[in-house]
Amino acid sequence: MFSYSTLKISISIFFLSLSSVNYAQKDTLITRAPADTSFYKLNMDAVYNRPFLNIKKVPVAFGGYLEANSIYSTTDGVTEGLSFQARRLTLFMSASITKRISFLSEFEYEDGTKEIGIEFAAMDISFHPLLNLRGGIVMNPIGGFNQNHDGPKWEFIERPDEAVEMLPATWSNVGFGLFGKAYKGNWIFGYEAYLTNGFDDSVIDNDHNKTFMPASKENKSRFEESNNGIPLLSGKIALKNRKIGEIGLSYMGGVYNTFREEGLIVDDKRRLDVLAVDFNTTLPKIGTYIVGEASYTMIDVPGTYTQQYGNKQWGMFIDIVQPILRRKILDWNDASLNLAARLDYLDWNVGVFNESNTNIGEDRLSITPAISFRPSKQTVLRLNYRYSWDTDILMNPKVRTATWLFGFSTYF
Amino acid sequence: MTLTNFIRFTFKSFIMFKIQLFLLLAFSMIVVILGCDKIMPNAPEDFEVLDGPIEGLTQEELNRFGKGDEAFGEVFTSENGLGPIFVANQCASCHAGDGKGTPFVQFTRFGQSDSTGNQFLNFGGPQLQHKALPGYSPEVLPGGAPSTMLIAPAVSGLGYLDAVEDAFLIALSDPNDANGDGISGRPHYNNVPSYVIFRPNSIESNGKYICRFGKKGAAYDLLHQTSGAYNQDMGITSLFEPIDPYTGLEVDPEVSIETINNVVFYLKTLKAPIQRDVNDPDVIAGKNLFNQIDCAKCHTPTLQTGYSPISVLSYQEFSPYTDLLLHDMGPELDDGYTEGFALTSEWKTPALWGLGLSKDSQGGVYYLMHDGRALSIEQAIELHGGEASNSRSLYNQLSPTEKLQLLRFLESL
Ligand code: HEC
Ligand code: HEC
Repeated sequence: MFSYSTLKISISIFFLSLSSVNYAQKDTLITRAPADTSFYKLNMDAVYNRPFLNIKKVPVAFGGYLEANSIYSTTDGVTEGLSFQARRLTLFMSASITKRISFLSEFEYEDGTKEIGIEFAAMDISFHPLLNLRGGIVMNPIGGFNQNHDGPKWEFIERPDEAVEMLPATWSNVGFGLFGKAYKGNWIFGYEAYLTNGFDDSVIDNDHNKTFMPASKENKSRFEESNNGIPLLSGKIALKNRKIGEIGLSYMGGVYNTFREEGLIVDDKRRLDVLAVDFNTTLPKIGTYIVGEASYTMIDVPGTYTQQYGNKQWGMFIDIVQPILRRKILDWNDASLNLAARLDYLDWNVGVFNESNTNIGEDRLSITPAISFRPSKQTVLRLNYRYSWDTDILMNPKVRTATWLFGFSTYF
Repeated sequence: MTLTNFIRFTFKSFIMFKIQLFLLLAFSMIVVILGCDKIMPNAPEDFEVLDGPIEGLTQEELNRFGKGDEAFGEVFTSENGLGPIFVANQCASCHAGDGKGTPFVQFTRFGQSDSTGNQFLNFGGPQLQHKALPGYSPEVLPGGAPSTMLIAPAVSGLGYLDAVEDAFLIALSDPNDANGDGISGRPHYNNVPSYVIFRPNSIESNGKYICRFGKKGAAYDLLHQTSGAYNQDMGITSLFEPIDPYTGLEVDPEVSIETINNVVFYLKTLKAPIQRDVNDPDVIAGKNLFNQIDCAKCHTPTLQTGYSPISVLSYQEFSPYTDLLLHDMGPELDDGYTEGFALTSEWKTPALWGLGLSKDSQGGVYYLMHDGRALSIEQAIELHGGEASNSRSLYNQLSPTEKLQLLRFLESL
């Protein structure tokens, strides 16, 4: 039986594997600035709000994180066996150029070295706390996960389905925009609004066989030019109360298809619009942390195209994290052990078939119980078990997949 | 720290630890309760699904089967040749799980009403590509064209049907109803494209050959059916079928011969559906009724293969419940459209194996007969006219129990 003894062994392994990690705090040349967890931070601050290494007198700070894990998965009795994955190595660098002007960039090596991307590279000019200009490669502020996605912040090895299989996390584009924040009493308010390059035809013309916004991430030329000359608008407002939590409302929309070529109009202009709401809160006393997000998408798909590619989608996820132990363990003063559970739901094709008026499937439900151990806030060791039910477009018997994942994610 | 304090502290930590331990255990129990065996989902039993290879294939054959399986699931987009006009973008979207299709991916064939051939080839015939890539216009049915709607049949066990020798089918046929039972099945002699590979001992008549695939039995073999499907269903050209349905021009092949051959191999080596509840008394009684009321005269229970280079298919007896012959099914199923030299009222007897599993690829409901118009097995039987009228009357004379037994048998297939 999967029980305490197994757990005890796994936990001891966590400890052993970590005991070799040496945090060079003593080195006075390099100082470690931990992430600011104060109440003044919103999801939108996540890019700057990370642990950084400062080198004495150098106006540049470095940081990054690494994630790796093992995975064993079975779909309806069929398994590919055990594999190890180096999911991502992310490096970030920030610099104060002069007063009121700063720069931050983030590079990511995904899936080994298969994909290397600039996730973020922007310059911020601050005129007033409520008025800052940001330009460069910016993260489109849609939902909360897209902004606040660093692995070590989460108890789950897989990113939420809604954020990566419906919305294109980590979705960033070249563009400009404004952001700002204001405080009053227990309240904090933030906004962001950007115009950037955006999606392309692959949203409805891709081998995922469904309307799939993340397909546009594969198009790297979006960093060079817009595919249709009409910018994507994305914006978010967030409100946080010290005692209650944070809620964000966001929107992203624009024309996604290439409707003109060499000046000729070759197609109708077709829009894509996304609305998202995200929230997070920590329950007083018991310390339960709850974070979630839901989004709804409308995509103009031509009526003469196949209904395989849906014109409406919606999805959500919710994470509940319960710290059950927080104390000194071995040499770690602020170690914690957490139980967590995630619920994912995604419907890639909302609606009914024209031909039969029956419901269109194409959805997925997953639950993921998890145990995580954090020797410190910066590092997490995670054991996840994920069970998901996939329904095909015709609503035939569900395909069941169970996955064991074990791995770590750590800032460095 | 005083001793009492120390003891209190230790005790408190111990209690705390107990609580945590309890939570941990509770949690791991939840994981276990999720289903001791369900914790990793089991494979469905072989008899519950239509997909999967015939038992006894060699490793090399399994390898080709795997490649064909992958190609059968390949999704076509504008990148790899879809359309620009098409019906669906994947073999598997119409033949989900190798089973029957649904109205969502049905298609229309049009343009021919007699053996003089298709009069609408210059107007997009024989198949209506009613979907198009963004920016293109799909076809619309030309006014006055005779047409029919077709729903995809299951593709399991086709290797066995393909390996039956022509002489066997001729022996089953009775074109002039010599035995006077009102049933006169005939093989469909049709013209065949130059690329088909004739099966051993194939029988020719005036340059025409016995064809057996498709609802009108107009396709000679699985290569003929597959090349046509790539071309007409998805707008994918090949060396076999090089004409793009949109422009009507010959274009570069969009799928390789190797891929087509792999798909054909896959279709040939898909296992035959496995009957369930064989020993159930109702099923046994139903099977007897099936024979008694003449269903078996067209839905022939057992056929035999001849030689096949795939050794598991050679000289095998199998139970598809079809004679692969054309039958006049009466005016109700006569859509006024035909292919090759079949009459508009004639249809090839469909295999009934796998019938009970149809719902698993049709979204939990039945869509039966060529266009899916029958939403239950009973409705399908009631639509039998023409040569099958007699059999239908016999069915209607059955007692409710007997009808149920027949139904149980059909669902066990
Ligand atoms: C748009 C839906 C659709 C797609 C896509 C499709 N099929 Fe079919 N398939 C059908 C229909 C409908 C029929 C019946 C056609 C007929 O009567 O000729 C059929 C018939 C067949 C048959 C004949 C079965 C029999 O018992 O006579 C085979 C084999 C087959 N398809 C294979 C394929 C392959 C291989 C592909 C992909 C290359 C494919 N199909 C793609 C709808 C589809
Ligand atoms: C004269 C030959 C003949 C006889 C006799 C006959 N059938 Fe059929 N059956 C057919 C043909 C041909 C079709 C296909 C018609 C169509 O697609 O429109 C068919 C279709 C069916 C179907 C639907 C299969 C599918 O996949 O959609 C069922 C079920 C069926 N028959 C059962 C029976 C039963 C039960 C009997 C006896 C009561 C019977 N048939 C007698 C020729 C016959």
